[in-house]
Amino acid sequence: MRLLAAFLLVLTLGVAAAPSLAGPPEVPKAKGEKCLAEPADMRRNHMSMLLHRRDATMHQGVRASANGLKACLDCHAVSNAEGQPVGIDNDKHFCRVCHDYAAVQVDCFDCHNSRPEAKKASSEPVADVMPPEATESQPAVQPEGAK
Amino acid sequence: MSENSLSPTRRGLLKAAAGSAALLAPGVFLLAAPAPSKARPDDTATDSSVRWGLLIDTNRCDQECTACVEACKEEMGLIGKGRPATDAQYIRKVELAEPRTGFTRSLPMMCQHCSNPPCADVCPTGASFKRADGIVLVDRHICIGCRYCMMACPYKARSFAHEKLEDQAANNPRGKGCVEACTLCAHRVDAGIVPACVEACHAKGRGAMLFGDLQNPEHAITQVVAQYPTSQIRADLKTDPGVRYHGI
Repeated sequence: MRLLAAFLLVLTLGVAAAPSLAGPPEVPKAKGEKCLAEPADMRRNHMSMLLHRRDATMHQGVRASANGLKACLDCHAVSNAEGQPVGIDNDKHFCRVCHDYAAVQVDCFDCHNSRPEAKKASSEPVADVMPPEATESQPAVQPEGAK
Repeated sequence: MSENSLSPTRRGLLKAAAGSAALLAPGVFLLAAPAPSKARPDDTATDSSVRWGLLIDTNRCDQECTACVEACKEEMGLIGKGRPATDAQYIRKVELAEPRTGFTRSLPMMCQHCSNPPCADVCPTGASFKRADGIVLVDRHICIGCRYCMMACPYKARSFAHEKLEDQAANNPRGKGCVEACTLCAHRVDAGIVPACVEACHAKGRGAMLFGDLQNPEHAITQVVAQYPTSQIRADLKTDPGVRYHGI
């Protein structure tokens, strides 16, 4: 009898806890104004968008930056209490929130960084494939030096 | 290095310091400075009208300098685990020595970006491939980690990620179980910037590296290789590397 009571208690508690488990996940708010497509479309098709971009970038060097994984992270990254973006090891990570709910494993972050790139101070020379100093110092290539 | 030892590199440097005007004279090609190449628009694909290449002047390469290696690690997020046998290296310094004379020479060695890459020949999944512009890459999305390419590469240019990795560089996603190598900084080249090693060699080293399009007659590299003797390493294998060396 006591066993049955205990069983019923567990069952009741389970039902009481159920709504928080079964409810749709709370998707963290993104920074940007507008995503690439409507939420319903993104929810269903984001993986195809990434896959297409992946091959075009890798094999053909197409790097139009609007819809790559990096751009996703820039807008959607969730910060922790210290204001630092959380990684995929944290269950608040925007990918994990839905993927945990849907029980679909994300493999992207086995290789890709799950945090957005820290902005570097951009001191690099842009647009010149040949920096000016490369040409000035090129007399390096002197046959006499080889003797 | 003692003050008296005039090693070839040191001698070369002294020569360069003593007679920079004289050195400039034969380098007429310098006057025809290359027109800066514009970055390819980022929504277009690479094509075979370019063949990216590197020229390394071993006369200039300082034996003790590792600026290129450090810059590569920084750019590609290669954080070592203190295990030299398995830590990834995309570029390394190699010492050449002539045993009879004791003459030594130092040079950077990396993926040679062959036009007939043996790594791509042996790859069972197509993960090793050559991009249209001559850059040889590993598509880690389809690499199964068999390491055939590492065996096939005559230049020992590839590394294998043995351990779980974190905090990768955004431009160089890499993970356990995949083969990796120098990408000729494809992400920078696509943006119109020279590879990190070349930039570092000019900023911190002696400017021994020259990057450019081997098919573009306006690029300094094309003019220099037409004018001076340069060689490909293991040219007998007919892999036709895009990386050429002068002075070996």
